[in-house]
Amino acid sequence: MTPLAQSRVGRSRKARNFAAVAWMVGAVLVAFIPLLFIIVHVVQKGLGVVLRSFPHFLNDALPLITTNAGGGIRPAIMGTLLMTGAAAAMAIPLGVMGSIYLNEYGRDGRFARILRFFAEVMSGVPSIVMGLFIYTIYTLQKGWTGFGGSLALACLMLPIVIRSSEEMLRLVPNELRQASLALGCPQWRTILSVVMPAAAPGIISGSMLAIARAAGETAPLLFTIGIVSRTNFDLFHGPNTALSQQIYTNAFAGPFPGPQERAWGSALTLIAIVMLCSVVARVVAARFTKVQQS
Amino acid sequence: MQNLPATHRLTGNRRPNRGDRAFRSVALACGLAVLIILGLIAFTSTNKAWPAFSKEGLGFVFSDNWAPNEKHFGALALVFGTILSAAIALLLAVPVSVGIALFVTEIAPPRVARIVTSVVDLLAAVPSVVYGLWAMLALAPNIVGLYTRIGSATKSIPILSAIFGGQAQGYSLTTASIVLAIMITPIITSLAREALATVPPSDKAGALALGATQWEAIRVAVFPKARGGLVAAVLLGLGRAMGETIAVAMVIGSSPQITSHIFSPSATLAGTVASQFGEASGTHRAALIGLGVVLFGITIVVNSAARMLVARADRALAA
Repeated sequence: MTPLAQSRVGRSRKARNFAAVAWMVGAVLVAFIPLLFIIVHVVQKGLGVVLRSFPHFLNDALPLITTNAGGGIRPAIMGTLLMTGAAAAMAIPLGVMGSIYLNEYGRDGRFARILRFFAEVMSGVPSIVMGLFIYTIYTLQKGWTGFGGSLALACLMLPIVIRSSEEMLRLVPNELRQASLALGCPQWRTILSVVMPAAAPGIISGSMLAIARAAGETAPLLFTIGIVSRTNFDLFHGPNTALSQQIYTNAFAGPFPGPQERAWGSALTLIAIVMLCSVVARVVAARFTKVQQS
Repeated sequence: MQNLPATHRLTGNRRPNRGDRAFRSVALACGLAVLIILGLIAFTSTNKAWPAFSKEGLGFVFSDNWAPNEKHFGALALVFGTILSAAIALLLAVPVSVGIALFVTEIAPPRVARIVTSVVDLLAAVPSVVYGLWAMLALAPNIVGLYTRIGSATKSIPILSAIFGGQAQGYSLTTASIVLAIMITPIITSLAREALATVPPSDKAGALALGATQWEAIRVAVFPKARGGLVAAVLLGLGRAMGETIAVAMVIGSSPQITSHIFSPSATLAGTVASQFGEASGTHRAALIGLGVVLFGITIVVNSAARMLVARADRALAA
């Protein structure tokens, strides 16, 4: 705004403009407050628990009785990593192939538009509905297993992966595809050896965000994995546990120091894992934009 | 959307390639997984919930007697709690989110905008169970004093006393709404940002050149064009708030009731499934799956509406 323009603006218009700007700045501050509260609180409560007799909290089995003090959260850490990993192994290939169909074959066709619409709608389906779904088609037959949890998490990740991958495929310049096709390369090889490498960093970054989202989820696991106090490496047999689930059950275990400490320690560990995934995603994405610009 | 006439002509002239056809089918099958999963969710969940649906009929949604011990499953109070908690969350989150989105797109220097955006994205990365834990152990016990004060301050004002009156509790509908508001702010913010970013800068520049203040330029040039996208952002936030489970289950007090007192405990569809599923069996379990079906239906409708709005806004912008 130039001084000339400002001098012509009446007082009430100026006041209204000031109020609007104050609202915007205020909104930013208001949003920062809870984040600050939560992060500080979790670090304050959790750091002592994690560091006390390090690394026992991270490396010991859970106590058999939740209200007891002591023990560690290793089974939950391993459970979170294994189940999220298995979910990623299912959802990412499926989602990326789906996005290849949408962007490379279906494009603006009627069917692709319908598919795109439902992928977006699916990303809004609550995670607890996914949990109930896997409970009805899998857990009722096979019992509690880590794999049931993975299936539910995969359902959650699938639409996120499809949408983010399609965005990335769309950014790949058409000249690359045309050059490859002009050299006589069939379309499937063009996609695999020209389009995919160009879009890979963006797809990886989007997938990491989907993984971060799934690693923090609790609702899909409530009915599918049961609970266990020792590390279960076998996803297909026997119940499992996860960090998010430990936070939930320990928070409800009552006003005892043992479970509350375990909940805060698990919360800090879970935030660390999720943030790590997000940071990796952001770094990869930043490199991608740099490559695009150069 | 990009068009590829040249490419299509190139591939069109080729002999049909076996590898191509196979690859295309695999990709198509993977894309179809979305439709298959959505269809299966609707079918199998309804199927498993059928004992409860057939027992209660329409009363499953329209009766407010949820008493699993007496085998009564009327979810109206849960639908009420779901909608009211989400509505209050929107009331809190929308002004903040739109404010942030405007700040980032309209007035902040690029560096500041980037920082604000990543902090808001950080809010989205915090798992819901961590929000729940914080709200359960730190927020709820401390905020009840504020509720009581608001309650006694509005005691003699007719309508406000009906809203803020009653026995104020930390584990209440409002606490759940506050947590939901914190959780949906990043989602609404990023969608609102996208909607605002689609408005051509020249529109706003024109308004400024005619002597409008920043705010007037936003009101006359930016808002009208971004309206569809903004409404969609709010709807998607609504869908997310109604489906959120864990954080709500941890703070809402889990007591289904239809009341105007927002500082009283309540219950939502998703929260009730989470807190009762463990000890449920038989018809009760079927009824809880039924709650999932109702929730699925509501969120599908809300999300479809939002996506259609976005599509229409995109078309209007392209035209």
